Formats: sequence, structure tokens, C-alpha cells
Amino acid sequence: MDDALLRIEGLVKRYGGLIATDHLGLSIRRNELHAIIGPNGAGKTTLVSQITGEVRPDEGRIVFAGDDVTRLPPNARAAKGIGRSFQITSVFLDFTVIENVSLAVQARAGHSFRFWKQAAGEAILRDPAHAILAKVGLLDRADELAVNLSHGEKRALELAIALAGSPKLLLLDEPMAGMGPEESLRMVKFLETLKGQLTILLIEHDIEAVFALADRITVLVYGRAIAEGTAAEIRNHPEVRRAYLGDDEEA
Amino acid sequence: MRKLSYILCALGIAVLFCVPAVTEVADMSYYLDFTTRVVIFAMAAVSLDLILGYGGMVSFGHAAFLGVGGYAVGILSYYGITDGFIHFGVAILASALVALFIGMLSVRTIGVYFIMITLAFSQMLYYLAISVNTYGGDDGLSVRGASVFAGVVDLADRDQLYYASLAILLGMLLICYRLIGSRFGMVLRGIKSDERRMIAIGYSPFRYKLLAFVISGVMCGIAGALLANQTLFISPAIMHWSRSGEIMVMAILGGISTLFGSVIGAGLYLGLEETLSRFTPHWQVLLGPLLVVVVLFARNGVLSLIVPRRAKTRHG
Repeated sequence: MDDALLRIEGLVKRYGGLIATDHLGLSIRRNELHAIIGPNGAGKTTLVSQITGEVRPDEGRIVFAGDDVTRLPPNARAAKGIGRSFQITSVFLDFTVIENVSLAVQARAGHSFRFWKQAAGEAILRDPAHAILAKVGLLDRADELAVNLSHGEKRALELAIALAGSPKLLLLDEPMAGMGPEESLRMVKFLETLKGQLTILLIEHDIEAVFALADRITVLVYGRAIAEGTAAEIRNHPEVRRAYLGDDEEA
Repeated sequence: MRKLSYILCALGIAVLFCVPAVTEVADMSYYLDFTTRVVIFAMAAVSLDLILGYGGMVSFGHAAFLGVGGYAVGILSYYGITDGFIHFGVAILASALVALFIGMLSVRTIGVYFIMITLAFSQMLYYLAISVNTYGGDDGLSVRGASVFAGVVDLADRDQLYYASLAILLGMLLICYRLIGSRFGMVLRGIKSDERRMIAIGYSPFRYKLLAFVISGVMCGIAGALLANQTLFISPAIMHWSRSGEIMVMAILGGISTLFGSVIGAGLYLGLEETLSRFTPHWQVLLGPLLVVVVLFARNGVLSLIVPRRAKTRHG
């Protein structure tokens, strides 16, 4: 076994005549932060959906932690340790902040066919949830209904829910989407603290954030990986600059 | 606010507890029958609210379970069996199996599709009851003997039927309140809130929704068995789709996702039916506008007018 946590081999997804993922090969090493960048329509979200299992590829294999997960449904992949955040904030709005995170902890803490004991009183759910909220800076908002949070707080909660499942691989689909510069900066700093603790696959438009965070970067154009390397390599890659960063930009 | 709702609940239970004595003294035994009916339909409405209000499953065929429970009692009595344990055992088992079957085919669907599938199954059972002539077909079936439990509790006795129904309703409410706060309940509510997110954190919604549907079906089946004991008559009309609609109106009138609201909704609906139908057989013409008013001005049901819904922040 190599040191790749996630290996994608010859992945193909077609939508009619359009090819969204074009014989894509990708290898994500353990504990690295791997970013995927690419222009709109490059197939980034389609790729994420295939890794999480929401979309079935037409060809190819997805191997996670040594197991072929290509045919596994999304909830089974989550149980194996693939966690994700959504591009469009997807938290339980009518739950409190702590309930949001506790529910995600619960998915990993024994079975959920318990009908009498109140989940709110279970320390085994509450304590880890509190710890995660402290990490993302939402502890003082624990008893607030999620619907009352600001956009930035909701994004942080989104991340907290993903982390609560203690994933081996964390897929972050544009975590900075819709954030102001200050909030973005805070998110970058937080993601920095996660580096090395788990494997992260980051999809992000904010190119400066990506260059600051990523150990390795893959550039996706029309469903194909046209380049892969460190931030410095990608910054100076001629094809990348033409396809994505724009010809006119001076380094 | 919490305190207020506890006080109101205790008060409501106390009042309900006194009904047989009061009606006895006032010589209005008719109102005991009426209250029993309210209590039984409250069970049906609570059972619907459990899956509708907390699981997002809009079942438009819940009357089918009233029928299953009712016919279990009716058919067993037809063969001379009046043992209450067998009556209710069969009613529970039969409604669980029917709910399991309908649920397996319906809970994977959402929205309009779920409504249509549950409606279709209840109509199938309705026509099945019409077509089986042995058990009265269209004309219905007289229940020859009410349920008797070990010679002690006899549901033919009005007071005993009432107290048994009240105890069962309170038991159901207690179970439901515990359930919605339990791990299972949190998962169910999570699925209602954001199913896609629940899958992404590793839950398989199907099994939780299915079990909730079965629990709800059984609760409604028990209500059906009690109803057969009260009316001593069971006919396909109990499963008609309009009956399912009535159960839903009760739950909505009282307030979805409140459980206790369903009890108020059942009382309100049957009370309106009782009073308005004295003026006109087309009493539903008057009910319609009232429902519109409730939906417009008390979106969370009548209960929300008495006890405001949970404040913006909650503690503990």
C-alpha cells in the first residue's frame, strides 16, 4: 500500500455529450492539504460529488484507505471516514448550534436506535461537540438556533459538523464562499491549524487562500488534471497561467 | 414558558380525568361518549404529528390504520373472540405489518409522491374492506363483543373505555415526548431538516423513517381498535380518504410539531363538527373558512396562541 489515502483512477463522468470528468487520475496523500482549482465548469463539484458518492462515475475507480468505494452509497462512505462541507451552507437551521454538532457526533458514537434516553443529556455526545465548537470559535453561541447565526458563523458551523464525524478525509467545497475578507482570513487561519491532523481536499476560488494553504495543488480544466504540483510550481506553470490565471497576469 | 405549558398540561389532564364523574352527575352521558371520541382521535392526530411534524412525512392515508385496528377487533369478535389482549395484540401486529409494507414502498419518496402513495394504499384497503362481504362489505360490521381484559377491564363499560383511552393517550404522549428528544428522535428531526446533510454525516434515512412510520401506524391502529370498541361498529368509511384528511386537519389546527397541539386540534375539530352540524348538515362550509383563518393568523396552530413557540434562544 502506498501513502495515498484517496486514489482516483481513470474517472469518467458524462452528462449527455458533455464530459464533466475526463479520465481523471488523482492521488491524495495522507495528512496533506490538497487543493483543486480550476475555472467555472471545470468539473470540481462533479468530482466532489463522485468522491462523496452522490454521483456515480461512468468509468474508473475510487479507492479510499485501500478499499474500492466506487459503488458505495454516500452514507457508507461517510461512515468510512469521508466527511464534507457543502458549498451552499447546509446546517440544521431549526436545531441549536450544539444540537447540530451533537447529531454529527452521534453518527460515530454507537447506534441511534435509542428511544427513551434524552440525547441532550448524553455526555458522550455533548463533550466532543463542545470541544469542536471551542475549536471553531462558536462555543458562546452553543445554545443559539442555527438560523440566527451570521453567514460566517454558519460557515464555521458547517465545518464543525463535518469535523464532528472525525473524518479521515475532509472535503471542503468552497469553505470561503460568500465570506468577507476578514472572515476568510479567520477561516484560512483555522484551516492552517487542521493541517497535518487529517487529510483535506480543498476546492476553493480564493486563489491566494489556496496558495497559502495547500501542500499540493491540482488544476482541473474541462474535467482533466492539466497540472499538479506545489504552490510555487503551479504559480509558474505556463499552461495553468494560460488556462486559469490569465495570460496577462505578471508573476 | 416551559412552566406555563406544564401547568396547562396538568390542568388539561385534570379536567379530562373528571369528565366521567361530571357527566354522570349532570346526566349528560352523551358528552362522555363525545370526549372519548376526542381522546381516541387525538391519538390518531398525535401519531400523524409524530411523522409529519418531526419526520416530514405527510401521510395522507393514516385513516387506513384506524381501519386496520378497528377491523382487527371487529373480525375477532365476529368469530367470538373478545379477549382484549388478543384484540389489541392483533390490532398492533396487523397495523405494524401494514405500516411496514406501506412504509417500505413510500418512505423513500418525498413530498407529493409520499402523499400520493400513502393515499393510494389507504384507498386500496378501503376498497378491500368494501369488497369482503363476509365482514359486511359496504354495510360494515357490528362488533359483537367489546374487548375484555382478563375479566377485569371491560371496554363495553363506558367509564372503563374512557379511562383506558385516556391512559393510552397519555402514555403515547409521554412516549412521543421522550422519543423526539432521544437519539432516534434527533435523527428523525435531522432528516426532516436536511436529508442530504444527514446522509453526508453517515446516516441512512430509510431505516429511521421506516421505523417512525411503523411506530406511528401502530399508534393509529390502537386508536382504531378503541374506536371499534366505542362505536361497536366498523365500516369501510373509517378508512375513507376524507377521514385521513380530518386527522390531518386536527394535527394542523392544533399545531404541527407540538404533539400536545394534536389533542387540542382533535377536540376543536370534533367540537366544531358537533356544534356546527346542529345548524347545518353542510357544517364543513363553515369549517373551511375557519381553517383558513387558523393557517393565516396562527400559523403554528391554536396551541401557539396559548403557549408561544420556543423563543429565539433556548437554554438547557
